[in-house]
Amino acid sequence: MNNELRDHVIKLFEANTRLDGRKLTDYRTVKVDVDVTNTAEGSARVRIGKTDVMVGVKVEVMEPYPDTPDAGSIMVGAELLPLSSPDFELGPPGQEAIELARIVDRGIRESKCIDFKKLCIKEREKVWMIIIDICTINDAGNLFDASALAAIAALKNMKFPEYKDDVIDYKKKTSKDLELKDTPLSVTVIKIGDKFIVDPSSEEEKVIDARLTVASLSDGTLCAMQKGGDYPLTADDIMKMVDIGLEKGKELRKLVK
Amino acid sequence: MAYKERLDGRKFDEARKIEAKAGVIPNADGSAYFKIGNTWAYAAVYGPRNLHPKFLQNPSKGILRCNYNMMPFSSTGERVRPGSSRRSKEISLVTEKALLPVLDLNDYPNSVVDVFIELPQTEAGSRCAGICAASIALADAGLAMKDLVASVSVGRVDDKLVVDLDYQEEAYEDCPVVDIPIAMMPNYDEITLLQMDGVISKDDFKKALEMGKKVLKDIYEVQKKALKDKYKTEIKK
Amino acid sequence: MSKINVKDKDIVVPGEILAVGMDSFPGIGTYREGENIIAARLGLVQLDGRTIKLIPLSGRYIPKKYDTIICRVIDVNMSGWRLDTNSPYSAMLSMKEATSQFIARGADLTKFYDINDCVSCKIINVTSQKLVDVTMKGEGLHKLKGGRIISVVSNKVPRIVGKQGSMVSMIKDATKCNITVGQNGLVWISGSPEGELLAVNSIRKIEEESHLSGLTDRVKEFLEKNKVKA
Repeated sequence: MNNELRDHVIKLFEANTRLDGRKLTDYRTVKVDVDVTNTAEGSARVRIGKTDVMVGVKVEVMEPYPDTPDAGSIMVGAELLPLSSPDFELGPPGQEAIELARIVDRGIRESKCIDFKKLCIKEREKVWMIIIDICTINDAGNLFDASALAAIAALKNMKFPEYKDDVIDYKKKTSKDLELKDTPLSVTVIKIGDKFIVDPSSEEEKVIDARLTVASLSDGTLCAMQKGGDYPLTADDIMKMVDIGLEKGKELRKLVK
Repeated sequence: MAYKERLDGRKFDEARKIEAKAGVIPNADGSAYFKIGNTWAYAAVYGPRNLHPKFLQNPSKGILRCNYNMMPFSSTGERVRPGSSRRSKEISLVTEKALLPVLDLNDYPNSVVDVFIELPQTEAGSRCAGICAASIALADAGLAMKDLVASVSVGRVDDKLVVDLDYQEEAYEDCPVVDIPIAMMPNYDEITLLQMDGVISKDDFKKALEMGKKVLKDIYEVQKKALKDKYKTEIKK
Repeated sequence: MSKINVKDKDIVVPGEILAVGMDSFPGIGTYREGENIIAARLGLVQLDGRTIKLIPLSGRYIPKKYDTIICRVIDVNMSGWRLDTNSPYSAMLSMKEATSQFIARGADLTKFYDINDCVSCKIINVTSQKLVDVTMKGEGLHKLKGGRIISVVSNKVPRIVGKQGSMVSMIKDATKCNITVGQNGLVWISGSPEGELLAVNSIRKIEEESHLSGLTDRVKEFLEKNKVKA
């Protein structure tokens, strides 16, 4: 842990500001673009400050899992591409990438915004599998929120390809979409010292004590959570962080129409 | 059946629409994207930087390391399984050989210049697009370079010599297709990448190369502009 | 008589022919090939009499003897400290060069400099294999306590410092901050939160606009506009 940096960051928090002059609960500029690549069934690109993440959705037809013979599913993969940071190495996804994928997965799956039964083509034989791939382009902090936002924007943007005689024609898009029932949003709240912030920059990420990713639905119901970081949180901390997560979730949701 | 007109209406010696921009990935020492038709490549350069493990180090000069990768959602058909494949490993290697001749890494012993190429969208000509993007990114990173490297595919569809085969042409079933990706140093006319798939006469091959050289000079102009445009800074108040 | 294809402050790319003729000279960043003088990198043209030079606009720092740089301690071992120099090559700070104080054998070296400490130091030697030795013995070389450190393109350091330190002095006065600029592109800034932020923003502005003329006036105006109250 870089103590000098941490002390300095805390000193700035006491003065109600941060390394880049933001307020503690300010996000950097958030930009959402959809339909950014024409080879994906759905895609989105989210920029938060200089953090830049692309998500593409592809679909496949497969046999259903034995315990859900009449339902399809989703799969979320994430790659911390070495292109996006001097700290990322070539190779299969490590712990960080896997945690990112699973947090984004949890936020979408548990929100029940996709009716998996609607993904059934023929019971016990064929169902749709929706595969969400997260690719980082530039990591300037807060990949969690950028990835989750891009994932839901890509899902909203997605159209099924034509499926005839057991063959998917990826080049022909139908007008059928996922009919999402809601727009789950993830907000990661960070605790450093005794202060809470959102949207950490890379520098701030180096000195966090703990983090809580809060996924919520449009009516303010919580649908997924994940705590990270080396230090514990009190129940009081958690409630405060949940409040911040819900408030910020409402703001971010406006960007995904 | 003779190939009278190109499937997308282009002239036989015309490349698809080209677009490039430098300095697009803030964390990288140099970066760029290069788009040709629907094929879109990003390249980021990190280096010279520390090289591990030690046995890879070269005490007399720095090494160049390239990695080409297609994003899972970048193919016009099925999803591409993440991770390297034999194809991507080969492309990484020929990319490295295509770029190395222009670089002078003598001032960086024991270090590495890493080039990462990622494609969000591909529709033929991806290795060429990757080389074009990487070349801009290397210059953007301030490395000592003799020249840039421009790359495009040439070839033949049935009886017509063409430049920049697109996906439909590469996969054309009605007649034989020859696909020749090339890369060249535009100011030296020296070729750094050459691969060929198909059956072609020596004369046709020579003609195809000449067609390619002209287009490569156009690509060089686009690469040059991408680098210079980065410095047309708007003065912010 | 040479034909010079470029003028001062032009941006050129590798391979561009800058001049044709034997009475122009290839300066730094360029090379001669037959009659032509060619750009050997991306750079800013600087015509110096008959010599054509290219000022680099980017590129990682490579350690040079006598440079004053800012480093971070990454390892402490038996004979000294290993430092991250913001380049591909780490530096060695021996016990002898660390301080004028006497260090007993077996002493706890972390009492002097610990992991993650940042220091300003001077390069005393660089071998052909780029093994780097530094010293902390010298004017103005010390551990950097408090403040923050930002990273800039090392080629822009001369513009950030200015002629005889004029640019950095201007920023120090306006922001009321202590600022140490390392030749390796690391800059240490220490002051009030507003002062530090203004210093960071001014330095970023210089980084982005260093190739355009009128920089000093623009920076002056920028500092005036965002002045920090004492």
